[in-house]
Order: sequence, then structure tokens, then C-alpha cells
Amino acid sequence: MDGKDVIFTAAGIRRGLAKMSPLALFVIPFGAAFGVAALEQGMEAWAVVVMSATNFAGASQFAVLELWSSEVPLIPLILITFAVNSRHLLMGAALAPWMRPIGWPKTLVTAAVTTDPNFALVTAARQKGERDVGMLLGAGLALYTAWSLGTLLGVGLGSTIGDPRAAGIDVLLPSFFTALLIGLWRGRGSAAPWLVAGVVALLAHHLIPGHWHVVLGGLAGGLVGALRRGA
Amino acid sequence: MALSVDVPTGLLIMALVTYATRIGGFLIMVWIPLSPRVERFLDALSGSVMVALVLPMALSGDLAIKLAIAIAAVTMLITRNVVAAISASLLAAFLLRSLL
Repeated sequence: MDGKDVIFTAAGIRRGLAKMSPLALFVIPFGAAFGVAALEQGMEAWAVVVMSATNFAGASQFAVLELWSSEVPLIPLILITFAVNSRHLLMGAALAPWMRPIGWPKTLVTAAVTTDPNFALVTAARQKGERDVGMLLGAGLALYTAWSLGTLLGVGLGSTIGDPRAAGIDVLLPSFFTALLIGLWRGRGSAAPWLVAGVVALLAHHLIPGHWHVVLGGLAGGLVGALRRGA
Repeated sequence: MALSVDVPTGLLIMALVTYATRIGGFLIMVWIPLSPRVERFLDALSGSVMVALVLPMALSGDLAIKLAIAIAAVTMLITRNVVAAISASLLAAFLLRSLL
């Protein structure tokens, strides 16, 4: 699957947009909930919108809200943002060999909108022979648009918007990842890395403060995979 | 440690840190030769990251989330269709939350 036959087409971008649009609809209320929460924290409206548009990283944006006032403590801001988003490092590393043939300019743009759902979607699609990196960008653009639009709506409408849980994003994301994982399952070869990843993630989730569990679980599973012979 | 910055600077720094995590993995892989062992690492990494994301969500979620994940898994095993799987899980969670 990592070969020189990787392509990057407008058709791929459109396919990514189409495949991610249903899930992206549920990201809109999630973005709105962030907009409302940020205003309640005392952030100015322009700053809320800029944060969503330049970060596109909901979990870390929610995580830094409690730090936010007219002044922002620098070291905690950097540490929290890095900790919550460090999982992107692993996704980038996993995608890098596949995307190498498309060159840096397209990689730098595509990486800007690469996040959990489109990474998961493309990882599953690659297993079925997907070779169009445009799909990753298109799916990311659908999510980015939804997140930015949702934030704008939240800032505009304020607390007239209800509980985001009612919209189901908290159900949708784990269900989506679970379904894709089942598509990704490759028999016993997957068992050991995934088991170790799960155990380490759970332990880290309970024992280590600060959102490191995805990185630690992912690294542990990857190491188990690396230590296997053949496979 | 009480070093603070104003809001525009804070926004800029946060955006830079986030983008650094997005391109960092690609930059790291420029320096790491793609040996068979590294390929096996990256291969296992993709699924492992997803497991590490979903499992704490599943176990710390409410009953509706746990039910939805189980329904998604079963529907996916039967239909091999992601849209069917998440539709069924959303419906199940919605029904359960309406009942409780």
C-alpha cells in the first residue's frame, strides 16, 4: 500500500468530502458547544472564532478554556495543547510513507486538516487499496468547515443552544472508530498490538493526568507490532 | 512560572503548537529510515492509536455510549458497512436516552 502509485486528485477530494459529510454534520453542534462554552469562559467572540479556525482541534480547545482570561499563562497553554494534540504526531508518522510521493506542499496543507475521523477513515480505506491522498484532504475539509461553522453559530447564538450531547457527537465518535477498527482487523496479527494499546491507554487514562493516554497506548501498540517477527 | 501572554499571542502560540503536532510526524519520518521493523511499527500504530482513542471513551461513557459501541461493532461485523453501523448505534443511543 505504500508505493509510488499514490495520487492526489480533485475526484479524491470530492470523495473525501462526500464520505465525511454525514459525520461532519454532527461536528457542527460540537463546534457550537465550544463557541458557547468559550463565551461563558469570558473569551471575546473574535478570539473564539480565530481559535477554532487556526487550531481545528476540539479536545485541546476545550482543555485550554479554563486557562483563558485577559492574560494566558504560557507554559500551561503550551503543555496542554501539546499533550492533547500529541496523538497527531503518531498519525502523521503513520501516514508519512504513504504520502511521501505527493510532495511537501500538498502534505503541509493536508496535514493541517488531518484529525482523528479522517485519519481513521483513510486508514481503513488504505487497507482496501485507496491510493488517493485527496480523500484525506477532502474529508478533513468537511470536518474543518463543520467545526468552524459550528463555532461561528455557537458564538452568534450563544446559550440559546442546548446540550451538545443531545446531538449525539459523544456517541458518534466512539461508534465510528469502533466500526472502522473492525474493518481494520487483520486477525491474530492485530490482537497483540491492539490489546497492549488498549491496556496501556486505560492505565494512562486513569493514572497519568493530562491526556497522554492516546499517545502512550498508540506507541505501546506500535512497539509490540515492531517486535513481532514476520507478520 | 507565572509567565503570561496576551490573547493574540496566546492564540498564535496555540495554533503553532497544534500545527507542529500535525506536521511533526511527517518530519520525524524524514529522519527515520523505513526498515521492515519501522514499517511494522507504523502498521501497528494506526490501529493502536484508534484503540487508545476509543477504549477510554467506551469505558468512561454512559450506558448509551457503551450500548452504541456494541451495536456499532455487531452491525459492522454483519454488514461491513460503516454508515449502517453508526446509524444503528446512534438510533440505539437515542432510544435508550429517551427511555431513561
